[in-house]
Amino acid sequence: MIEAVAAKTQKNYLNEKQGILSWLLTTDHKRIAILYTFSITAFFFVGGFFALMMRLELLSPHNWLVGVDTYNKLFTMHGIIMVWFFLIPSIPNTLGNFLIPMMVGAKDLAFPKLNLLSWYVFMLGGTVTVYALFRGGIDTGWTFYTPFSTTYSTTYVVAAAVGIFIAGFSTIMTSLNFIATVHRMRAPGLTWFRLPIFIWSMYANSVVLVLNTPVLAITLIMLAVERIAGVGIFDPALGGDPVLFQHMFWFYSHPAVYTMVLPGMAVVSELIPVFSRKPLFGYKAVAFSSVAIAVLSFLVWGHHMFVAGESVYSALAFSFFSFCVAVPSAIKVFNWTATVYKGSVSWDTPMLYAIGFIGLFTIGGMTGLMVAVLGLDVHLHDTYFVIAHFHYIMVGGTVMAFLGGVHYWWPKVSGKMYPEGLARVSAVVVFVGFNLTFFPQLILGYLGMPRRYSAYPEEFQMLHVLSTAGATILGLGYVMPLCYLIWAWHYGSDAGPNPWRATGLEWKSSSPPPMHNFEVTPVVTAKLPYDYEAMKEELQLA
Amino acid sequence: MPESATLACREQFRTPGQQRETASIGMWVFLANEVMMFGGLFVAYTVYRASHPEAFAAGSADMNILLGSINTAILLTSSLTLAFAEHSAQAGNQRLLGLFLILTMLIGLVFLGFKFTEYYQHFQEHKAPGIWFNDSSPYAASIQMFFVFYYVMTGLHAVHMIIGLGILSVLLFRAVLGTFTAEYHTPIMFGGLYWHFVDIIWIFLYAIFYLPGLHK
Repeated sequence: MIEAVAAKTQKNYLNEKQGILSWLLTTDHKRIAILYTFSITAFFFVGGFFALMMRLELLSPHNWLVGVDTYNKLFTMHGIIMVWFFLIPSIPNTLGNFLIPMMVGAKDLAFPKLNLLSWYVFMLGGTVTVYALFRGGIDTGWTFYTPFSTTYSTTYVVAAAVGIFIAGFSTIMTSLNFIATVHRMRAPGLTWFRLPIFIWSMYANSVVLVLNTPVLAITLIMLAVERIAGVGIFDPALGGDPVLFQHMFWFYSHPAVYTMVLPGMAVVSELIPVFSRKPLFGYKAVAFSSVAIAVLSFLVWGHHMFVAGESVYSALAFSFFSFCVAVPSAIKVFNWTATVYKGSVSWDTPMLYAIGFIGLFTIGGMTGLMVAVLGLDVHLHDTYFVIAHFHYIMVGGTVMAFLGGVHYWWPKVSGKMYPEGLARVSAVVVFVGFNLTFFPQLILGYLGMPRRYSAYPEEFQMLHVLSTAGATILGLGYVMPLCYLIWAWHYGSDAGPNPWRATGLEWKSSSPPPMHNFEVTPVVTAKLPYDYEAMKEELQLA
Repeated sequence: MPESATLACREQFRTPGQQRETASIGMWVFLANEVMMFGGLFVAYTVYRASHPEAFAAGSADMNILLGSINTAILLTSSLTLAFAEHSAQAGNQRLLGLFLILTMLIGLVFLGFKFTEYYQHFQEHKAPGIWFNDSSPYAASIQMFFVFYYVMTGLHAVHMIIGLGILSVLLFRAVLGTFTAEYHTPIMFGGLYWHFVDIIWIFLYAIFYLPGLHK
């Protein structure tokens, strides 16, 4: 089928070279983005399957389906796969990989071979983790808290840790590539304040990942040393300090939470202006708020240990900085809504996802403030409230933005339009399914349902059943785009270079773009990105 | 090597200057990432040294300070010879470049030799952590923790040394082929940056493992 299409279209990155080897050995950032898309989609549905199994188990207050031990493994593997093999690489390694060179007007990323290597390293890490899964899984929770993980758990902790350790190298390589590309590969005339916000956010995101991932790597090494050699580092019975592990883990993992949502913000900042036909309101404020989030992300990790024996003074400081994160986050939300205000809004699928993102991210952020309150956290810590809070950010935020971005740039990536009506339905299904899944969990948590339990008091059953029903709808909402996007890849109508009449260098290239993105290196003269007023005539012609 | 070939750049770059500056950013970002990796270990060491000062002093007293000091001097010398190699590359002196690269690698190997001798000595004295560890003092568990950090941190450093030797071998190979000229020698500079970075890490390791036991 692809050959038939290729015959009637011009040469592009998809048809310039043929054969499986031309994909496996490619250094083209666009093809590597597609390789990543296959990988993370597979991991997403594996992780989603675990979630569905958990939700089924929770239909009944008593263990009825998988039992306690398997349930422990389910939530652990769900967390590990979703965090390290879907969320962190999701937007950066697919959309980011594809778009960053195009948005800065470059032929490729700074280090194309490193980019390909990062995919292989990612797949190696994934393989090792899946090996741990097939050998019998792991039951520590994705946080690997010691001393359970180092001393008492009888599952495949080291294999999973090694898998994550390897995948970390892939993250570092990609981030390093992005930083070098944004610094040095920009087209003539493309100054920092003419860059799309996507680039600003992805840049801030990459800086965080380069600085926090090595700390996770070294923490996992220490964990593996303690577990294998039986020498004391974190186990209090051997003279270690388990809270130190939590400090080191969250020094990585809290910034990592922001590295999951910053790319989502990157995507939404692109979608909102296009479908409002207005420049982004407060461009510089939105750009600097990404940097502010990156800086603050390193100052809040201790809010995970409010009830773990942290000193009251550091708890106060961490609580204060956690509140501070609300400021740049709110700057973004207010600027997005101000952009939509009095715009000529069109409700295409990407915009539906973007609006959904703003609403769900706001709920996620507000509930985040609630758990940042020292007193309230004592009540809410380790309950479903926390689960629902971070799913509002990661699933309601990042996954919504990811899907919105996939729809928005789908014509650029594939050269084809997706079926708009069906896509709008799926966006609504995802939104409804998401809220039905996680809003009951906010209430459950507030009522005291602890996380990580497979059985619960009967009075919680109603809310759990609602949540499971929502998860089923949400799953359907995720399968729909998978089906119609595959269909559209083959049978969609031709998109043309700029179907959304959008600004941005990526739309100046043909769809799908040629091998080196641009026939001639673009020169940027526009003073502002997203200048829809000034570019009205030019965009009408396109 | 003809000049046109040496001054060419890879297809994603517009000029050789852009390629060099991009590589430079990449290298420094990589080093920042390395600082954070070792930083995690330094933090953990500091936390435990603050909570078990006597044990860490006692553990440090078991270090072979003479061998450690000699080794520090040896490693710093290797940085000097590598700096000479970089200078030769800038001057376009191929023969001296090769010579200093070989010298640097030999000195690096001597360092690793002494390091493994030290590891073996600790092992014989039952100071290697794990099932072989044997210490009768009241702080035995914490002394073992000192040795855990000693082995993990100097071990990670040694791994970096071995990777550095691999990098220098590749550079030597390319130097013998005549790749590097007065105009193009970026890889030599970055190989050098890596090696000097690993040296600097060692200076801190020397200070935290060998010196606390001195005033006991």
